[in-house]
Amino acid sequence: MAEFEPKIICFACNWCTSAGADLAGTSRMEYQPNGVIIRVMCSSRVDPQHVLWAFKKGADGVFIGGCHPGDCHYQDGNYKTLRRIKLLKKLLGDLGINPDRLRLEWVSAAEGKKFVNVMNEFTDYIRKLGRLELSENGGPPSGE
Amino acid sequence: MKNKKRTGVFVCHCGINIAGTVDVKKVAEELAKHEGVVLATDYVYMCSDPGQKLIIESIKEKNLDSVVVACCSPTLHESTFRKATNMAGLNPYQCEIANIREQCSWVHKEKSKATAKAIKIAKSIVEKVQRNTPLEPISVPITKRALVIGGGISGIQAALDIANGGYEVILVERSPSIGGHMIQLSETFPTLDCSQCILTPKMVEVSKHPNIKLMTYSEVQEISGFVGNFKVKIRKKPTYVDPDACTMCGECSEVCPVVVPNEFDLGLTGRKAIYIPFPQAIPASYTLDSAHCPGLVPIACGKCIDVCEPKAINYDMPPQIIEEEVGAIVVATGYDLYEKERMAEYGYGKIPDVLDGLQFERLLSASGPTKGEVLRPSDHRVPKEVVFIQCCGSRDPELHNAYCSKICCMYTAKHAMLYKHHVPDGQAYVFYIDIRSGGKGYEEFVQRATEEDGVVYLRGKVSKIFQENGKVIVWGVDTLSGKDIQIEADLVVLAMAIRPSQGARELAKVLKISIDKDGFFSEAHPKLRPVESMVSGMFLAGVAQGPKDIPETVAQASGAASKVLAMFSSDELSHDPIVAEVDEDLCCGCKICIPQCPYEARIFDEQKKVVIVNEVLCEGCGACIAACPSGAAQQRNFTDEQILSMVDIILEGER
Ligand SMILES: Cc1cc2nc3c(=O)[nH]c(=O)nc-3n(C[C@H](O)[C@H](O)[C@H](O)COP(=O)(O)OP(=O)(O)OC[C@H]3O[C@@H](n4cnc5c(N)ncnc54)[C@H](O)[C@@H]3O)c2cc1C
Ligand code: SF4
Ligand code: SF4
Ligand code: FES
Repeated sequence: MAEFEPKIICFACNWCTSAGADLAGTSRMEYQPNGVIIRVMCSSRVDPQHVLWAFKKGADGVFIGGCHPGDCHYQDGNYKTLRRIKLLKKLLGDLGINPDRLRLEWVSAAEGKKFVNVMNEFTDYIRKLGRLELSENGGPPSGE
Repeated sequence: MKNKKRTGVFVCHCGINIAGTVDVKKVAEELAKHEGVVLATDYVYMCSDPGQKLIIESIKEKNLDSVVVACCSPTLHESTFRKATNMAGLNPYQCEIANIREQCSWVHKEKSKATAKAIKIAKSIVEKVQRNTPLEPISVPITKRALVIGGGISGIQAALDIANGGYEVILVERSPSIGGHMIQLSETFPTLDCSQCILTPKMVEVSKHPNIKLMTYSEVQEISGFVGNFKVKIRKKPTYVDPDACTMCGECSEVCPVVVPNEFDLGLTGRKAIYIPFPQAIPASYTLDSAHCPGLVPIACGKCIDVCEPKAINYDMPPQIIEEEVGAIVVATGYDLYEKERMAEYGYGKIPDVLDGLQFERLLSASGPTKGEVLRPSDHRVPKEVVFIQCCGSRDPELHNAYCSKICCMYTAKHAMLYKHHVPDGQAYVFYIDIRSGGKGYEEFVQRATEEDGVVYLRGKVSKIFQENGKVIVWGVDTLSGKDIQIEADLVVLAMAIRPSQGARELAKVLKISIDKDGFFSEAHPKLRPVESMVSGMFLAGVAQGPKDIPETVAQASGAASKVLAMFSSDELSHDPIVAEVDEDLCCGCKICIPQCPYEARIFDEQKKVVIVNEVLCEGCGACIAACPSGAAQQRNFTDEQILSMVDIILEGER
């Protein structure tokens, strides 16, 4: 059987993290291709439902990238994200999904290198955790 | 809802930038099989003229209703391709970019994997665009008048630039005269031109300008509305003197029995309760300071009203609330010096011969309390040994401010130099942490102070200052030689930190703009939008935004003014339409979304019991949408359905 390749959904805010990912490209850095970016205007646009949906539809990991605290293009969207993600992680635990399969990071437009590191590290981490197995109805524990 | 059935996909090679690692033909082939895609093709440079022509002609020939260009980052060519789309007669918001260069071909090496990923990215954007709605930029009418808050050099410059551009300006200053701190300065580094001589002509120009309405002794009390359409309430305190009748004879001041410290001379002299702050004050009129007048009724005193021949004084003058409508606001409220009380270790405020930099400016000024002679306050003798101490309250995160006040190195060099010009046989010492003299001619200026004027620079900190036998004893260490130093000085001048002007925090609340950790107003972007605040239509100028000297202040003020003029050059503002909206049928009126919005764009409609969005105020962050429990709130062209469909297609075939 082929080696397990994690499927990762990456939500990236337009102003910092997506721009940071662009910089990684402009600087011709390299990282593992498992994460696919969905660009949103601000990390605070990401609804916990989106994350749950991604897990349900087969994501092994979900990444959310926003601006550093104080740098959000919309003043404090990233603080809202932080609060929501903290709650969501609790919920993930209750659902039997390892909360570390969801990763929130602040990556600025200048941090191409950080984006690369985070992508590689998160991909390796998920690879180690293995495929996310959900029970039939997409619901409770699968032993994680 | 998926409402597009005729999508065209255009895959760019970008020379070999994309085609080198992504099999672009394969991407086009795969995309051609995707539901609703009627055309998928590739081309070597989509952004080139022929590339754009290919898109335009395809839209027409194939009657496309949506377009995906798989190419570089949308920050580069989204607008290019949206324009092309529009030229073909399609709404520009029906065109979306799939970023397969920066976020794919440039960061991956293995061609099969990069190609597979590029296909996923392109498909996700197809899913999105097929659910896009046509949008029009939101247009907002503009009131072409500006409000400038603060009448220092920054406010004066901004007001003049806007007024000279042909638009009306209301300039609000809270003290009795405009001029700010610059009018208190003696000579200015690095050219040593006389501060008052270069500023007073500008002040006069303000007072005579047909487009400027000057309101001194006034403060902004309330602001509502939004960019292009602000409503402002200004409170004008009574001066009890009719400026039109006042002839500036000064009789009132002569007879006034009350003497209080003169703010303009920072307490080095006194003034009466009815006064002009300084002879060149604008407006040229006396002001009665009611806080210090014993009564404002003839029985309490009434001396001034008796002697005023033109009958300009009126004790019953009421405060006024003036309402104005403006389209843009420039905040130019400047600074104050760091509070004296906080520098107790340096005897400041206790030892009469320990002064701050502004007091020393007054001592140097030809119009100052000593008519430009350097005399120390305690005994009016010429000080022969003067110690200047830099960074008082700056760059000291433990006890004081963490930031650098930026101007003190330069004005201290100026002070030491000017002192030597006044007292050639005197000796000037400067204690410093390091010298920051970036700026045109600045380093040379500091060099001149040491080389030509013999100013002694001592690198180190002062530990204690105390009074003994009519001298001010300064204890310090020279960190270069490691030696302890004691100087028996006649006068000590502290380069006090500058901090945001008093009341800046409250003003920020009134304006609903943010301040940084030190209390200065925050710019929208530290590099790229340095003169804009986070609130659209509100701009920043001068030290209100952060410590800076006069040239930088003037540059920023002109920058802010040009932003205002650019805004006023069109009749309507256009605003990105990817804003929030509410489905009134789904909204349960829970109001959860309202506090999520940083721009107060969400309002509860009391009649309908639902939330509505002011699309002019909405900046389109989407924070409210993620918070809405009922799915009523959506962001145009970033709907939940769109995001979920993108997730679905990226994970296609997984579960
Ligand atoms: C000792 C000293 C020496 C200096 N020497 C030099 C020099 O030689 N060369 C040089 O380039 N720079 C020098 N500077 C710096 C210079 O003073 C500033 O760069 C300049 O004054 C900044 O102008 P401003 O308009 O931003 O602020 P300010 O001069 O502080 O003006 C702000 C104005 O806004 C008003 N205001 C405040 N709050 C409100 C409110 N809520 N409503 C209405 N009005 C309000 C204030 O009353 C004031 O009139 C010196 C500074 C100091 C302290
Ligand atoms: S999208 Fe952002 S700016 Fe617009 S209404 Fe919602 S929270 Fe406010
Ligand atoms: S959160 Fe949703 S349901 Fe609640 S008031 Fe706002 S739009 Fe309406
Ligand atoms: S814009 Fe980046 S987190 Fe808000």
